[in-house]
Amino acid sequence: MSQTIKKEKVRIESVNDLVVKFANVNGTGSASANNLFAKAVFRMGLSVSPKNIFPSNIQGLPTWYEVRVNDKGYLGRRDGVDIMVSVNPQSMAQDIQEVSSGGYFIYDNTRPLDIRLARNDISLIGLPLTQICLDEYKDPRQRQLFKNVIYVGALAALIDIEFDVLTSLVADQFQGKEKLIVPNVHALELGFQYVKENYSCPLPVRIERRDNLGEKLLIDGNTACGLGAIYGGATVAGWYPITPSTSVIEAFEKYCKRLRIDPGSGKKKYAIVQAEDELAAIGMVIGASWNGARAFTATSGPGISLMSEFLGLAYFAEIPTVLIDVQRSGPSTGMPTRTQQSDVLACAYASHGDTKHVLVFPSTPKECFEMTAQAFDLAEQLQTPVIMLTDLDLGMNDTMSDPFQWDDDREYKRGKVLSSDDLENMSERFGRYLDVDDDGITYRTYPGTHPTKGSFFTRGTSRDEYAVYTEDGSKYAENMDRLLKKWETGKHYVPAPEIIIAGDGSKIGIIHFGTSMDPTLEAIDYLADEGTVVDSCRIKAFPFNQEVEDFVAQHDTVFVIEQNRDAQMRALLVNECDIDPKHLKKILNFDGMPITARFIQAKVNSYIKNDNVTPLRRKHGQKGMS
Amino acid sequence: MSYLKPDFRHPDLPINDLGYTKKNYEGTISTLCAGCGHDSISGAIVQAIFELSIPPHSVAKMSGIGCSSKTPSYFLGDSHGFNSVHGRMPSVATGANMANREMIYIGVSGDGDTASIGMGQFTHAVRRNLNMMYIVENNGCYGLTKGQDSATSDVGSASKKGEPNPFEPIDLASVALQLGATFVARSFSGDKKQLIPLIKAAISHQGFAFIDIISPCVTFNNTAKSTKGYEYIREHLAATGTVDFVPMKEEITTSYSAGHSQEVTMHDGSVVHLHKADDRLDIHSSRSALGLIKDYRAQDKVLTGLLYLDPDSQELHESIGTTSRPLRALSENDLCPGSRTLKTINDSFR
Repeated sequence: MSQTIKKEKVRIESVNDLVVKFANVNGTGSASANNLFAKAVFRMGLSVSPKNIFPSNIQGLPTWYEVRVNDKGYLGRRDGVDIMVSVNPQSMAQDIQEVSSGGYFIYDNTRPLDIRLARNDISLIGLPLTQICLDEYKDPRQRQLFKNVIYVGALAALIDIEFDVLTSLVADQFQGKEKLIVPNVHALELGFQYVKENYSCPLPVRIERRDNLGEKLLIDGNTACGLGAIYGGATVAGWYPITPSTSVIEAFEKYCKRLRIDPGSGKKKYAIVQAEDELAAIGMVIGASWNGARAFTATSGPGISLMSEFLGLAYFAEIPTVLIDVQRSGPSTGMPTRTQQSDVLACAYASHGDTKHVLVFPSTPKECFEMTAQAFDLAEQLQTPVIMLTDLDLGMNDTMSDPFQWDDDREYKRGKVLSSDDLENMSERFGRYLDVDDDGITYRTYPGTHPTKGSFFTRGTSRDEYAVYTEDGSKYAENMDRLLKKWETGKHYVPAPEIIIAGDGSKIGIIHFGTSMDPTLEAIDYLADEGTVVDSCRIKAFPFNQEVEDFVAQHDTVFVIEQNRDAQMRALLVNECDIDPKHLKKILNFDGMPITARFIQAKVNSYIKNDNVTPLRRKHGQKGMS
Repeated sequence: MSYLKPDFRHPDLPINDLGYTKKNYEGTISTLCAGCGHDSISGAIVQAIFELSIPPHSVAKMSGIGCSSKTPSYFLGDSHGFNSVHGRMPSVATGANMANREMIYIGVSGDGDTASIGMGQFTHAVRRNLNMMYIVENNGCYGLTKGQDSATSDVGSASKKGEPNPFEPIDLASVALQLGATFVARSFSGDKKQLIPLIKAAISHQGFAFIDIISPCVTFNNTAKSTKGYEYIREHLAATGTVDFVPMKEEITTSYSAGHSQEVTMHDGSVVHLHKADDRLDIHSSRSALGLIKDYRAQDKVLTGLLYLDPDSQELHESIGTTSRPLRALSENDLCPGSRTLKTINDSFR
């Protein structure tokens, strides 16, 4: 066997800047092994951003796990694969092609590699995974499962992951199932030792401990949303399973079981109802919110389509409704396991008739947590649906995040709700839709509050200020105008944008939102390296605050970065802020994979070159980024 | 219809245990057609709730869309009501009930709202045994869109349009029984004597109490060829027997002849007396009810009355184990785990 890596090859050399991709078969237990790898890198103090690229299938199809590692704090996806771990013969031809020139291809060489697949410009690293497992394990399931752990051990030796970090992770992972620790550590050792004995380790591509992550967490956005719902006081969840939102409710339930059981009776301080469809899920949320509980649901694009009628009811009847939309690639069933930001318009104007809904756009797990909790306040203060738009990338991938915080003095903002005493002391007639405070927000009562006062009939039909049915056009129009006034009030309630001014009066701005944040900020760094100074504005909510409009006005050219085909955020900006469409340039990625910094950088440069956009140039080496 | 509702009520109107008269249980004036069966049902609901001495504000009235779904405006004016979207009342009622288990939920739907657009949600509310009374005001047609056949219309039945309906009807009582509903009854809007005790029993029932009420549409489906018209129904009615409802706190005074009568104690201690007209009916057997419905139907008879009752019914809150305190009454202290717990949670993600 000649398994030494030929030295004459040009090989990628780097420390703490690499992309490792695992090519697996789904349903074979690779996910937890791959997780172990990512977490080990994380525990060595390096920025890590794993992306699960999985099929809409349970067993037998190709699935990939792509991990970017760096020590600059960049979390967006990076093109190019430095190391491919190939464990799936089905996709091997494609996987070997994907390796960057000079990269490394780790494969199971129990059988020789098909000569037709071989490439001269990459290093092949054979690892007899099947053979090792056949020798070590009798049980076929064990052979399959430990194969994954073995390649993690091998990779540890190849790129210099500290073995102790792996063993402590295994110990954490199998807390309470201690007898699994020894065999897992053994499997790690099998891979580690094999590579140590057969190759010169580490590879020129490797990592070094940095310990510069401070208090950072590694958590997926959906879990963060579930926790946000716990902290935000949600008690009722109606939901229907749909990828990639399902784990929001699963996380909510997991923490409810831990944190929301009444100690005296053992009974639940929450109700989770798996609905018959998305229509029923949102109906339950509306019913519970109407009756004074904090309720929410989570769904994805197809669910938004189904919920639209109910969202119109909640808008018009003014019922707080919290909805988390974990976006995936549409339209229709689209690419159900790929990411996109393509529900912006569907959510902004969901339902027939004149409707607009409050949207919030988290970019990090910490914001998923905070904005979910805040969504309940917003929905109750504004008595309207609040839709949080996250996506598959943030929702389902472990993402580095600042730690979550909660102020114990914080009080839930339940909005304008009249109590029994308020009603008792009221001399005038209660008007559910009477704009007493001139801010468009009227007072509501929970059912059953007072024996004789405050009852009203909630309806999706037109009514007067006293909730009495009317077909009087002027009353209808007055009410619709008041809803617009409420919308204006809402601009002061929703989260403000995050604006970064590079400091030199640049006339180029970038607008971005959600998961486009990390790649956008990274691209701005690259542009700065080239001497192009760009300001940025991260939109966190709709309705757009004045600051967003000002940002657009202050820049001659504004790029809007989006992960959809039709530039939906741009359309919303043009429509709502009365902006000349020419002012806003589209930068769009919609292939289902997260947008990258290099893509954004290239697009901006292409506009600069072709569209006579004159950037503010800075002398080389003079960086002004905050 | 009338446009004004007189304020005057007889000064000596009877009062209930709460000191309320029936006026306290009325709603706004009905805008339905004069003679509409639905108005009789509203009247029966008022009478039943008045007699049960239920405070109006402890009731939530839920409905979907259609003539039937307008009616919650016309009874219990001091109750909150929710006229939701077409066919989706069950989900809204489910959410409302989850938020506050202490209230009484009355759902009013129609045959279009339940047997067509709302069939899915109806079946799942039954399946979950949601604690509510669910009434279908069944007239075999779409009233508010002017008389199209509905899914409960019998084969050959013809509405005002004259075209006989070519399709088999969906029998909602049978559907409910097959789905495992824990209380199933059928009645006729014109039979208050039967309807009022059925409504009382349905309200006392812990779980999903379904009443399919034939309620003729005087405008579009009261023709000689209609099987949901007043004349046809009156001629083809057959009752399972008479039903007496005795609330928990009242003493049972009437006695019934043995063999024909069955006594069912409800969850709250109230008692339903069923004086059977047909000995084949076993009120605790859904199979018996399903069989009888078919038998009577084969003889062109519409079987009404109490059809099935499960006295051990376990409603949704019991099934999922929610706390006895209504969820909406829980405060931040009950719900928010606080910053210290959050620190521990943070640690678990490092």
